[in-house]
Amino acid sequence: MIKETLNARRLLCPLPVIRTQDKVKQLKAGDQLEVICTDPGVMQDIPTWCRINGHKVLETKSCNHEYSITLEVGV
Amino acid sequence: MSKQRKAIALISGGLDSMLAAKTVMEQGIHVEGINFFTGFCVEGHTHAIRESDKAKPKRNNALWVAEQLGIKLHIIDVVEEYKKVLINPKHGYGAHMNPCLDCKIFMVNKAKQWIVENDFDFIITGEVIGQRPMSQTKSKMPIVSKQSGADDLLLRPMCAKNLPATRPEIEGWVDREKLHDITGRSRKPQIAMAEQFGIDDYSQPAGGCCFLTDKYYSARLVDLWKSQGSKDYELDDVMLLKVGRHIRPQKNFKLIIAREEGEGRFLEGYRKEFISMNCTSHTGPLALIDGEPSAEDLYLAASVVARYGQGRHAEQVDIKVMEKDGSERTIQIKPLKSEDIPKEWYV
Repeated sequence: MIKETLNARRLLCPLPVIRTQDKVKQLKAGDQLEVICTDPGVMQDIPTWCRINGHKVLETKSCNHEYSITLEVGV
Repeated sequence: MSKQRKAIALISGGLDSMLAAKTVMEQGIHVEGINFFTGFCVEGHTHAIRESDKAKPKRNNALWVAEQLGIKLHIIDVVEEYKKVLINPKHGYGAHMNPCLDCKIFMVNKAKQWIVENDFDFIITGEVIGQRPMSQTKSKMPIVSKQSGADDLLLRPMCAKNLPATRPEIEGWVDREKLHDITGRSRKPQIAMAEQFGIDDYSQPAGGCCFLTDKYYSARLVDLWKSQGSKDYELDDVMLLKVGRHIRPQKNFKLIIAREEGEGRFLEGYRKEFISMNCTSHTGPLALIDGEPSAEDLYLAASVVARYGQGRHAEQVDIKVMEKDGSERTIQIKPLKSEDIPKEWYV
């Protein structure tokens, strides 16, 4: 299992979702990805994207106008 | 046993594409969604930036629709390729800078490429005859099918009965009798159909889902092209057109002035790419200076920025000017009165 970080700061939705989607394609089931963003919309959009594509959200955090979502890649 | 047929549905996040996908899913077809990001999508952008829009839901409607339908959604970044469509549309622009017909042809073409690469059988759109004046008329629909290369693999379930049968209907992959015959701009048939499907929450943006149908946004885009002397843009350009007040005192520069805290925070991210200004003696907004201003122009710009701060009635205020390399200096300036800012300066 590997854990990677994706910097999606300053990108507005749906770009953080697109970058997440592209990054996840390079990962394997069980790998983890932390996505760091500044658009609060990701708190809704990335978990939705995970649900419809079979990935699991492990943690969401927000601090000082930054939002972080850690997901585990599904099968 | 017959082969499980698969369709890709263009999902905008609105009701029509949702109903079109649902109609075909009801016939046992495996449907997945596809959504194209052009850079001009209304979805959430300004809501994400502006503090005052905090109360509005920040959901991406295309994703939300996909979840309601229980289908996968593929969001495709077409920003670079879309430039050709917008800059030189073969079929021209609509009421504003919206190249709707070329846009539809482009998106259906991309969907056609996608079904070939992913072994899907056909394409679904939520188009309705007569719904949009430029792209959704009976005479334009065959143009979209032909010029996109999708031909008879493009099924429009919402108005299929008013159009020649497509391959999915001829081959019996879908039952034409269970498709629809909606025409016109009335939303009543769609609302009734939504009720039938038990769908009670959906997005119906008045101006569609694209900023290019917006009069004011289009004027800013035309101003950008005129000022740079060419029809070209980067993603940051089109994002910035959505934010702040745009004031162009002269051809060689314009100001982008934050209207509130959220916009200010967004513009902060561009300080290394633009000269920026803000008032330090009084509370005031952040402004970016786009273009090549002379030293004298910066004084004019500072007096405009001062007009939007709390010191607008003061005899003199301090405006900090930050260059792209981070070096700073302060200008003392008398704020312009609002009546001294000509209407023509507002873009």
